[in-house]
Amino acid sequence: MTLTAPASWVGTAPTASGGGEGYQTPTPEIFWQPLFELGPITVTNQMAWAAIITAALSFAMIALSKNAAVVPGKGQWLFENFYNLPRNTIARDMIGTRHFRQYLPLIVTLFTMVLFFNLAGSFFGSMMPVTSKIGFPIALTLVVYVVYHWIGVKKHGLGGYFKHMVPGGLPKAVVPVIFPLELITYFITRPLTLALRLFGNMFAGHMLIYLFVTGAFYFLIEGDILLKLVSLPTFLMAGVMLVFELLVQFLQAFVFALLTASYIAGALADDH
Amino acid sequence: MEGNLSVVGYGLSAIGPAIAVGLIFAAYINGVARQPEARNLLQPIAILGFALAEALAIFGLVLAFVFN
Repeated sequence: MTLTAPASWVGTAPTASGGGEGYQTPTPEIFWQPLFELGPITVTNQMAWAAIITAALSFAMIALSKNAAVVPGKGQWLFENFYNLPRNTIARDMIGTRHFRQYLPLIVTLFTMVLFFNLAGSFFGSMMPVTSKIGFPIALTLVVYVVYHWIGVKKHGLGGYFKHMVPGGLPKAVVPVIFPLELITYFITRPLTLALRLFGNMFAGHMLIYLFVTGAFYFLIEGDILLKLVSLPTFLMAGVMLVFELLVQFLQAFVFALLTASYIAGALADDH
Repeated sequence: MEGNLSVVGYGLSAIGPAIAVGLIFAAYINGVARQPEARNLLQPIAILGFALAEALAIFGLVLAFVFN
C-alpha cells in the first residue's frame, strides 16, 4: 500500500504546482505529514495530536471525576452525561447487567479515545483525523483482539472456546462446513473489519473534504468568471461535508465501542 | 480520457452495501414507527447491522487504493 510511503508532502496549497499545470487531485500522500525525526522514528502530525489529545483527555477526565459529589456540579454533570452513553447504551445493553462492570473501563476508554481522535479531523489546529492513519486503528484493534480471545479462553477453556464458536443445535453434517467459516470470522474478518471500518471512514471523509476545499480554491483562483461562480457552491458543499463528517466521526466511535462490546459479549455468552 | 479502473470497481462494490444500509434503516424506521417504545432496543441492533454492511464498502475503498 502506498498509504504509508514517505512521499513529498505538497502541503495544502493546490496552486503550489499551479502556473497552468491544472488541478492535482488529492492522493493518499496528503496523510503523510512528518513533523520532525527522532532517531529512526519520524514523528508525524497525527502522532503529535494523538499524544496531545490523550494527555488532555486524561487530565480532563481525572479532574472532572476526582471530587465526585452526590449532588453533582456543572463539570461532573457534564461528564456523567457523557459517561452514561458508553456505560448504558453500549456496555450494559450489549454485555448484560451481570458482567458489564468488569469491561467498562476498556469500553469507555476506547469510545472516548476513538471519538476524540476522530473529532480532530473537524477542528482547526489539527484538521486531520488521527485515526485516518492506519496504524492507530490497528493498534486499537489489537487491544480488542487480544481481550476478546482472552475472555473467551478464560471462560470456556481453550478447547471449549473453539467448540463454542460453532452455534449449538446444528446437524452433525454441517459442523465441518460451519467451523472453518466461524474460525475465519473470529480470527480474520472481525479484526480486519474493525480496523478497516474506522480507518476507511476517516480516510475517505477527510479526503472528500480536502477535495472540495482545494477544488473550490482552484476554481476561485485559476478559473475564469464562470468557474469562479462555481466555487461558491463548492465551498458550501465542503461545509456540508464537514458537518456530515461530525456525524460520521461520532457514529464510527460509537460503532467501534459497540462492536467491541458485542465481541466481548459473544465470547462471554454461554453455549447458544 | 484518463483514470483508474479500480475506482470504477469501488463504485460497483458500493452498490450492494448502499442498498443494504438503506434496507436496514428502513426496517429500523418501520419498527420504531410501529412501536416507538422499542426504539432503545432497536437502535444498537440497527447500527450494528449498518456497521457490518458498511464494512464491505470499506473493503472496496481500501482495495481500490491497494490495486491502484
